[in-house]
Amino acid sequence: MKYHVDERGYYGEFGGAFIPEMMYPNIRELRENYIKILDDKGFRDEFSTLLKEYAGRPSPLFHARRLSEFYNTQILLKREDLNHTGAHKINNTIGQILIAKRLGKTRIIAETGAGQHGVATATVCALMGLECVIFMGKLDVERQAPNVLRMKMLGARVVPVISGNMTLKDATSEAIRDWINNPDDTYYIIGSVVGPHPYPDLVARLQAVISEEIMWQIMEKTGRPEPDYLLACVGGGSNAAGSFYHYLDNDNVKLIAVEAAGLGTDSGETAATIATGSPGILHGSRTMIMQNDDGQITEPYSISAGLDYPGIGPLLAWLDRSHRVFFDSATDREALAAAFRLTRLEGIIPALEPAHALAILDKIRFRPDDVVVVTISGRGDKDMQAYIKYMNDMSL
Amino acid sequence: MNRIDKLFRNKKNNILSIYFTAGYPELTSAEGIIKDLCAAGVDMIEIGMPFSDPLADGPVLQQSNCAALKNGMNIHLLFTQLENIRKEVSIPLILMGYLNPVLKYGMEKFCLKCAATGIDGVIIPDLPPEVWTEQFRPVFEKYNLYNIFLISPRTDDDRIRKLDSLCRGFLYIVSSSSTTGKSEGFDQAKVEYLKRLQGMDLKNPGLTGFGISDADSFSQACRYSQGAIIGSAFVKRLGEKTAESLPVRDFVNSIISA
Ligand SMILES: Cc1ncc(COP(=O)(O)O)c(C=O)c1O
Repeated sequence: MKYHVDERGYYGEFGGAFIPEMMYPNIRELRENYIKILDDKGFRDEFSTLLKEYAGRPSPLFHARRLSEFYNTQILLKREDLNHTGAHKINNTIGQILIAKRLGKTRIIAETGAGQHGVATATVCALMGLECVIFMGKLDVERQAPNVLRMKMLGARVVPVISGNMTLKDATSEAIRDWINNPDDTYYIIGSVVGPHPYPDLVARLQAVISEEIMWQIMEKTGRPEPDYLLACVGGGSNAAGSFYHYLDNDNVKLIAVEAAGLGTDSGETAATIATGSPGILHGSRTMIMQNDDGQITEPYSISAGLDYPGIGPLLAWLDRSHRVFFDSATDREALAAAFRLTRLEGIIPALEPAHALAILDKIRFRPDDVVVVTISGRGDKDMQAYIKYMNDMSL
Repeated sequence: MNRIDKLFRNKKNNILSIYFTAGYPELTSAEGIIKDLCAAGVDMIEIGMPFSDPLADGPVLQQSNCAALKNGMNIHLLFTQLENIRKEVSIPLILMGYLNPVLKYGMEKFCLKCAATGIDGVIIPDLPPEVWTEQFRPVFEKYNLYNIFLISPRTDDDRIRKLDSLCRGFLYIVSSSSTTGKSEGFDQAKVEYLKRLQGMDLKNPGLTGFGISDADSFSQACRYSQGAIIGSAFVKRLGEKTAESLPVRDFVNSIISA
């Protein structure tokens, strides 16, 4: 349990709740209630039924034979891309909207980068009949257009955010401001394991369904109790936290988290927080962040809107600090190449985010009998624009 | 004696505190603005240290923070600009900003510099009282620097009392649950809230802030608390400056001589 949040809301030196007083009552309400709700039998039944019948879980663990052959090892793909709405994000939004309802909230807000969390939030709001407002950086509104239209069709209001460099960080700040201004009726469904305590712990617990399934699926598929490796991409860190969760205390499993290097970790155009960041405070939590010498948050860059964030969840920062998880990064180009490799070898078009995790397969020398699980956190429909451009540029 | 205490000892009501963002509209504006505010008769000044992601601020202050950073403002430079301010200005000066730049600068060094410069208090909205008490209280006390706490209409009585007991100088009464710059008028809910605080017999005086923008909201706030803080409305006016002179005196007059 040494990687779990302590009673003060910290993972080692990371975490906490650095929030203005105006947010305090809402954060306290959540902190005092979330474990009670998560443990409640009524909640658990409703959550697992919705995961099964609405989201389509369990998501398959697929033995990717041609990819395995290519890398001369045993690769299994955890197919979060097959979930309803196309990413792991729905696991979290189903859980949180059930919490919002139990807290008596009627209006839901969320931030989104790639639009996957926005779509997953708009979806559960439609399902539950709750008002939904999504904050999305203006740049992301442009580069993830299909998801904007999906949110609108689902009945959500999408607010383009024009501060900062108009991406995920700015959308998150704007969602927090909205919550300050609408504290009574509103619940903030945060999209990753970021933000003030208890959000990182709450979201990690809801995404933990991923590793819970991997545990029995790996046994069923390979006859072994655990994989040798687990690989996941990291924006805020929710699909990674979910994929790693039940293996955190099992040192037989090597955990690898992959950040977006953008144009390269030394290029100044990157979103690799662990590689280039330092401890600081962003969005209510003490964690690793990208900042300049004056403590101003620097603008990240990645081709992948979902990884384009200058922070990382405090749990992930702690897993890096305590050397439990090995962090690596992949550039835009490496991710694009990896996305095409998976597509051409397995007939699966991944989202740009998990393409970063796939890119690391090139860098690690696995043994032929190693069992390597890669979480495919989402599907590539939203990224067709980037893929078509790459296809044309490379004459693929 | 801390200048904030002196102010509240000598003046019981109609206290006007003005906020502006250092480095805005020009990199070197701060010193002139402070002197002009002082000459115009304000009682206290809050000097904003800009941050890239001001979570508690509305569009006007987001914009001034952003512009100030583009101009090149940082904490080190601000202290340099304020080096000689106490030769001419004797009213209380407060620094307001977010935690990350202060931590990066170094909390001990920051407090020491505040003391050396003649800063009387600090407002850091995202520094929770619990963390301040645990980690930073001794260093604040060492330099006789006051940490001003915010309370909002949703802060319950127990917590108000706790913050009141930790706080020195004055309580910053956020008038409604909102980010800065929302001037929606001084409605009955605000009056009720301030009356509730008046009835609590708190040890600290209180200044009302957020949404105070003109003579009317200022005088309303003064009816039910010791005074008020104006930020966005002033910064907005600074942004509209024409040619040479900043409209500081005009603005202050429009608030206090109405
Ligand atoms: C498909 C997909 N994967 C990964 C991420 C990154 O988020 P996290 O690190 O929280 O899993 C996103 C975020 O939008 C996403 O859409």
